[in-house]
Amino acid sequence: MSQTTPHDPHLAHHFPDAGTQFEAGKLGMWIFLATEILLFGGLFCAYAVYRANHPEIFIYAHQFLDKVLGGINTAVLIVSSLTMAWAVRAAQLGHQRALVRLLAATIALGFVFLGIKYVEYEHKWKEGLLPGKRFTHQAAAPPAAAAPADPDPAPVAAAGDSSVIAPAARGPAGLASPSTASQEKAHKVPRNVQIFFGIYFSMTGLHAIHVIAGMITLLWILRRAARGEFGPRYFTPVDLAGLYWHLVDLIWIYLFPLLYLIH
Amino acid sequence: MTAQHATQPAGAVSVPMENALGGENYLNHGRGLWSWLTTLDHKRIGIMYLVSILAAFLLGGVFALLLRTELLTPQQTIMKPDTYNQMFTLHGAVMIFLFIIPGIPAALGNFVLPLMLGAKDVAFPRLNLASYYLWVTGALFALVSIITGAVDTGWTFYTPYSTTTSTSVISMVFGAFILGFSSIFTGLNFVVTIHKMRPPGMTWFRMPLFLWGLYGTAIIQILATPVLGITLLLIIAERLLGVGIFDPALGGDPVLFQHFFWFYSHPAVYIMILPAMGVISELMATFSRKRIFGYAAIAGSSIAIAVISFLVWGHHMFVSGQSNLAGMIFSFLTFLVAIPSAIKVFNWTATMYKGSVWLATPMLYALSFLFLFGIGGLTGLFLGALATDVHLHDTYFVVAHFHYVMFGGTVMGFLGGLHYWWPKMSGRMYSERWGRIAALLIFVGFNVTFFAQFVMGSQGMPRRYYNYLPEFTPYHVISTVGSYLLGLGFLIVLVYLIHSLVKGQPAPANPWGGATLEWQTSSPPPHDNFSREPVVDDPYDVERWRWDEALGGYRRQEQPASA
Repeated sequence: MSQTTPHDPHLAHHFPDAGTQFEAGKLGMWIFLATEILLFGGLFCAYAVYRANHPEIFIYAHQFLDKVLGGINTAVLIVSSLTMAWAVRAAQLGHQRALVRLLAATIALGFVFLGIKYVEYEHKWKEGLLPGKRFTHQAAAPPAAAAPADPDPAPVAAAGDSSVIAPAARGPAGLASPSTASQEKAHKVPRNVQIFFGIYFSMTGLHAIHVIAGMITLLWILRRAARGEFGPRYFTPVDLAGLYWHLVDLIWIYLFPLLYLIH
Repeated sequence: MTAQHATQPAGAVSVPMENALGGENYLNHGRGLWSWLTTLDHKRIGIMYLVSILAAFLLGGVFALLLRTELLTPQQTIMKPDTYNQMFTLHGAVMIFLFIIPGIPAALGNFVLPLMLGAKDVAFPRLNLASYYLWVTGALFALVSIITGAVDTGWTFYTPYSTTTSTSVISMVFGAFILGFSSIFTGLNFVVTIHKMRPPGMTWFRMPLFLWGLYGTAIIQILATPVLGITLLLIIAERLLGVGIFDPALGGDPVLFQHFFWFYSHPAVYIMILPAMGVISELMATFSRKRIFGYAAIAGSSIAIAVISFLVWGHHMFVSGQSNLAGMIFSFLTFLVAIPSAIKVFNWTATMYKGSVWLATPMLYALSFLFLFGIGGLTGLFLGALATDVHLHDTYFVVAHFHYVMFGGTVMGFLGGLHYWWPKMSGRMYSERWGRIAALLIFVGFNVTFFAQFVMGSQGMPRRYYNYLPEFTPYHVISTVGSYLLGLGFLIVLVYLIHSLVKGQPAPANPWGGATLEWQTSSPPPHDNFSREPVVDDPYDVERWRWDEALGGYRRQEQPASA
């Protein structure tokens, strides 16, 4: 890479050589990825705060998410990372046809991910499992609770698990003592379940926007690859787009267990 | 001096001294408006930024004068209470997001950074232009907000008010979100440029201190701004979709918004002040005609400030109900910031000691910075202490402290830098006499305006109030008179700078005797920055540069002055 070609069309005039240019591009991309992590960091932080304060909401509400679809989507993204990494290798080796096919496969897997995500969102929409003030779900028990193997899926009854901070909007004690029956129900269906869906839709929505941005980038790379612009001498854009795609995958790898696999 | 220098045959070190206005330079490299709007040249992008942020500064300044006029008397003077709420919000939002954050890095930094590195451009010229257009887009969103029902939340957009008010919060917040990206891209560009494009011989500790300041700034821009981005997106989501994360009625937590907001916005004040400190380091060495004192300490303190800046956000929230333990930790960490800040101030003072201080206009601003930042920094300790903050919180004391640091610090640094590099940018000298008069007027006007606010704040005058008790009237009148003096000072600056573009004396390559690389090219520089490779050596060997009467500027001596 450090070899300077005299008439390298990809070398910008302000860089001394192609090696420096490649390294600068790579450093710039890593810094950009750091900013992306911090962008999601705010949401991860909100997740941590609410989960620490109100674990019962998370334990209850996550059961409305479909673990199977989430798991499939995780697998889809991991495979797309493989095809992406393979595409970078193909560009480095100058395997033109493989490069184009692998990029197309990566984009196709992005579509599969978004399709499955759509199915999940549509289900939530129909059930009224929406964030904040749009939350209209009325069911007393989550679907998983119906399964005989797990009759009481909300282990918040253990005092140590519940928060020391009272949920918002609880009336002052002693005004009206709630009946035992309604207390029982309160244990099963905690207050403020909509907070979980606010976080769920914010995190997965922002992630989906990033998947779409990654796919648009890869389409542009694919177009350039089809024209034969990349090869062993010049593959920086493929490499950088790949880094971005891996980051988008990586964020999902964290989102999946945090949202779907709560104990 | 260095290996580089030793390899140069005697007499080969020739630095272009000529003024390039008549010849080839970056201003006449391409002609027409289109060549400016599509330029990738960091110098032109810097100039476009400069013009744009000065327009924002003018707008924010007019808002400020209107506010001060309203506050001349208790009750209504010139505007209604709702207009007043919108006015102070817009003053804050425009000044912070449109002027002071991009001010020094994007305008002066863009112009100077590659020149100081002896480079042809920043690492990513297209990204640089994109960041400018992002700024323009963000500014347009802010304008839309001003026209369609200006925000009245204060520049801090605190929930739940910001999610319930009927004014156009979304366009202002989205504008700030876009401006954040502009800021991130500038920072990213600078970090990569400093890492990858330093010339051979310029090690980290032989970089000009302005670059250390910009580097520290860029780190904060990169690491803090995305958190503001997500916070602003959540406000938009809250207003559009009712997500409820910050809404207590839906189980959300409005204090979480304050944590998110200040996690960015406290480091952001160091985005504002660090580059100004970098400018001051340059000015102190050049205008004391003496090597900067404590180079490594000043450089290291920039990074120390950048690091500590991330750990102090809670001091904005001492009365928000956060735990006492958190309050104590944040208070302690806040006091730590004083250490690197004081290191800088003491080193600048030591630089002047036994130097031959030249009271040119840029140096007057640097001295103003020293006084005003000193006062602003020390009053910060009152606010960082838990007990006194309870009394002073949300009073004019905070307003005065903030303006002493941001206006007395950053804007003085910006004005100093603007005057220092003006000959390099424009190829012309401004009127030194009017420069000094304006600098004096701004210094006096500033103190009259804001010192009165310290006094009334300590007596309990709350900030952001439309109406006030009659006993505060004298302070408000003094403050308003001071603001008119300030306005007059800026008007003079505007007039003589524009006048200089037409009638100013042609500037030499090095009018001040600075030893950093930007003075080794013509004024204004050619499109590729250097027609001859600049000589990279000690950036603070100012004594080597001697006044040359025939040249009308400074000339580099072949031998170090000490030899």
